[in-house]
Amino acid sequence: MTSTALNVNFFQAKKGLFSWIFSVDHKRIGLLYLYSLLTFFLVGVTLGVLMRLELLNPGKDFLEAKTYNQIFTLHGVIMIFLFIIPSIPAVFGNFFLPIMLGTDDVSFPRLNLLSWWIYIIGAIMALSTLIWGDGPADTGWTFYAPYSVKTGTNVTMSVLAAFVLGFSSILTGLNFIVTIHRLRTPGMTFMKMPLFAWALYATSWIQLLATPIIGITLLMIVAERFFGIGLFDPSIGGDPILYQHLFWIYSHPAVYIMALPAFGIVSEILPTFTQRTIFGYKAIAFSSLAIAFVGYFVWGHHMFTAGMSGPARIIFSVMTFLVAIPTAIKVFNWVATLYKGSIDLQPPLLYMLGFIFQFMVGGLSGLVLGALATDIYLHDTYFVVGHFHYVMFGGTGFAFFGALHYWYPKIWGKMYNIKIANIAFAIFFVGFNMLYFPMMIAGLMGMPRRYYDYLPEFHLPNMISTFGSWVLVTGLLLMLGNLIAGLRKKNQPKVGRDPWGGITLEWQTLSPPPVQNFDRMPVLPKDGPYDYEHKPVIKED
Amino acid sequence: MRIGASTFAEGVDLSLYIIAGISIFFLVGITAVMIYFVIRYNKKRNPKATNIEGNNTLEVIWTVIPTILVLVMFYYGWMGYKPMRTVPGNAIEINAYGQMWKFSFEYPNGKLTDSLVVPLNRPVKLYLNSRDVLHSFYIPAFRLKEDMVPGGKNYLWFEANLKGKYDILCAEYCGQLHSYMLSSVTVLPVEEYEAWFEKAPTITDEHPGLTVMKQNACLTCHSQDGSKIIGPSFKGIYGHEVTVVTDGIERQVMVDDEYITRSIKQPGSDVVQGYMNGLMVSYENVLTDQQIKDVIEYIKTLK
Repeated sequence: MTSTALNVNFFQAKKGLFSWIFSVDHKRIGLLYLYSLLTFFLVGVTLGVLMRLELLNPGKDFLEAKTYNQIFTLHGVIMIFLFIIPSIPAVFGNFFLPIMLGTDDVSFPRLNLLSWWIYIIGAIMALSTLIWGDGPADTGWTFYAPYSVKTGTNVTMSVLAAFVLGFSSILTGLNFIVTIHRLRTPGMTFMKMPLFAWALYATSWIQLLATPIIGITLLMIVAERFFGIGLFDPSIGGDPILYQHLFWIYSHPAVYIMALPAFGIVSEILPTFTQRTIFGYKAIAFSSLAIAFVGYFVWGHHMFTAGMSGPARIIFSVMTFLVAIPTAIKVFNWVATLYKGSIDLQPPLLYMLGFIFQFMVGGLSGLVLGALATDIYLHDTYFVVGHFHYVMFGGTGFAFFGALHYWYPKIWGKMYNIKIANIAFAIFFVGFNMLYFPMMIAGLMGMPRRYYDYLPEFHLPNMISTFGSWVLVTGLLLMLGNLIAGLRKKNQPKVGRDPWGGITLEWQTLSPPPVQNFDRMPVLPKDGPYDYEHKPVIKED
Repeated sequence: MRIGASTFAEGVDLSLYIIAGISIFFLVGITAVMIYFVIRYNKKRNPKATNIEGNNTLEVIWTVIPTILVLVMFYYGWMGYKPMRTVPGNAIEINAYGQMWKFSFEYPNGKLTDSLVVPLNRPVKLYLNSRDVLHSFYIPAFRLKEDMVPGGKNYLWFEANLKGKYDILCAEYCGQLHSYMLSSVTVLPVEEYEAWFEKAPTITDEHPGLTVMKQNACLTCHSQDGSKIIGPSFKGIYGHEVTVVTDGIERQVMVDDEYITRSIKQPGSDVVQGYMNGLMVSYENVLTDQQIKDVIEYIKTLK
C-alpha cells in the first residue's frame, strides 16, 4: 500500500515541539494531557510518599508540622485537580471518543487545545506556590473557612489555580457533549454508542453544571482574603457552614466526575477480553445517568458533624444510600459479563478485576460513612482517607492504568512486555492494599485525619501503611518503566489493527491511527457496539 | 475498635457490625464469583464465548435486594444516631471551647478546666464553641463527634457508662498543631465527681499572669524561651523595640503596656515583622482589664 494522506499516522504527520503544543488534533491533545498528567501524578506520588515517611513513627521524623500540612494540601490539590478530575476524560476521552464514534475529531478542536493550555496555566499556578511567599497553602484541599481566610500561606494562588483549572474541565465537558450529540457516525444511535461514550456523556454534564459553583465559591474566598468581605469568617459576619455547602455542592458531584469515566473503561475492557457482549448494556448506560443525577443531592454527607439540622442529616443519609444502588447494579452487570465469556487474562483485564475488587471495598466502606451513627464516629478519621483512596486510586487510578495498557498498542502501534506488566500489576495491587487498608483500621481505632503526629496506639497500622507505600511505588515504577521500554524497543513485530480482538471502532483503524482517524469507512456491528456474533471482519491492509 | 464508654456505643457499634457484615458478605461473595468465572471460562477451557445480552429478572433482583439492604443499613444508622440528638432535660450543662490548639471547659459554677471531668451514668450536655477556626470535638470511646464552629450553636450530649479516662481529639483540621490538640475526659462515680466539682481551685504560687496565659492557650503560639512557634516569643520582648507592620508599612514600636494591650485587643493592628497576620483572634471580650494587667506583669518577668 502506498503512503497516502490517509495512512500517515498522527505521529509522523508533523514534527517539532510546536506541532504538538499548538496541535488541534484530538489525539495529540490527548497525549499532551497524558504526559502532563503523569508528570503531576508523579509529583503527587512523591508528596504522598513523604507524608507516609513522616508518619512511619509517632513524633517528628523529618518534617516540620507546617511543612507536613503544606505537603498534604498540595498532594490533594495536585491529585484531585491536576490528575484525577482530568485523567480519563482528558487523555482517553480526547484520544478515543471521536474514534469510537467514528468521526475525525471533537466538535471544537481549537477549544480543545485551549482547554489544555488553561490546564497547564492552572497547573503552573498551583505549583508556583512552592517557590514564593510563604509556600503552598496549608489548609487541606478543601480550603475550609475560616482557616483558609486567616492563614498566611499562599491560599489565594492555590484557589485561583483551582478556579482556572475549572474552566479547562468545563470546556472539555462542553466539547464532549456536543461531539456526542452531533458527530456520531451514521447508524450509531445513542443506544448503539460504546459505554465509554455514555460514561463521558454523564460526566460532561456534571462538569458543565457543577464546576461553576466551585469557581464562584473559590472567588468568594479570594474576595474575603483581599477585601475583607465577610462571607465565611464569622469574626467579620460570615458563615463557615455556607462555605462547606457551596464547596460540597460541587465537590461531591466531582467525585462522580472522577468515577464515572472509570466505569466506562471497565465496560469497554471487559467485553474485549471475554469476547462477548456486555451484560445489561442499558442498565449500565442508564445507571451512569442515575449516578450523575442523584449524585447532586448527597453533598450533605460531608457535613454530618458540622451542625446541620437533624432532618437535613437524615435526608442526606437516605440519598447517599440511594446513590449506592446504581453503582451496585453496575458491579453486578460487570461480573455477569465474565459469565460464559472466553476469558483472556491480559494485563488490562487484570487492572479491571483489581478495579472491581478495590472499588467494591471503597464503595462498601462508603456505606459505613453514609449511615448517620457510624459516620458520627468515623467522620474526619483515617477511615475516610482509606475509603476515598480505595475509590479514587484503587478505582479510577487502576482504571486509568488499565486503559493505558489497553489502548497502548493502538496509540503507539507497539507492545509492552506482557509478563513484566503482569508482575508490575501484582506488586502494585499488593502495595495498594497494604498502603490503604491499614488506614481504615487506624480510622476504626479513632485516629483523626490530617494528623502530623499521632498517639502511640496508632503506630502499627501507620507502620504497615508506610511499608505499603514503598511496595506500591516499586510496582508503579516497574509498570511505567515497562511501558516506556516497550516504546523504545526497536524492530518489534507490528501489532496490527486489533491486537486484543476488540470490537469498538478504534480497532478497525491503523495503529497508530492516521491523522484523519480512519483509512477506510468504519463498519458498525449489527446489533449494538458489543455484538461479537456479527463482528465486522477487520482486514489488516 | 476502642472499648465503648457511653450509652451511644451500643447503637453505633451495632450499625457498624450490620453494615460491615453485609458488606463483607458481598465483597467476599462477588470476588469469589469473579475469580471462579475467570478460571471456569478461561479461553483454554471455553474457547467460544456465549453472547448473553442481559436478563431482566436478574436486573430486577439485583436492584431490589440492594435497595432493601441499603434501607436496612440506613435504618440502623438512623436509630443509632437518634439518641444523640435527644437530650434529656436533666443534663449537666458545660461550655466547651476550642481554640488553636487547646480545649477548655467552663462548668456551671464557673470552674475552668483544660480537661473534662464528668459523673458516671449522668447525662452531660456540652455547648460547643470555637474562638478562632473550625475544630471538631471527638471522643472515640463515646463514639461521638461534633464540630466546634466559631459563632455556631452546636452541641452534643452523652452519658458515660464506664469509669475511666478517655482521649478527646480534634477531628477537624485547624492549622499547624492540629494533631497536638488533645485533652481527656475522666469519668468518675457521682460522689467523687461532686467532691471534685465543689473543690475550689487549688491556690498555687504560680504567677496570676501565667495562669491567665495557660487558660487562654497563649503559650501554644508564643514561647517563653525565645523559640519561634507561631507568634513572637515573650522572652525579653518587654521594653525592647520591634519592627511591626501597620497597614503594610513597617515601623518601629516599643513593646510597652500600651502595645501589649493593643496586641491583645486588636491583634491585627501592628503585627511583628515576619509573622503571619490573621491567626490570632481578639481577646477584648475574653480577658478582663485586670487579667491583661497580670499578663503584662508576667511578660515583664520573662527577661
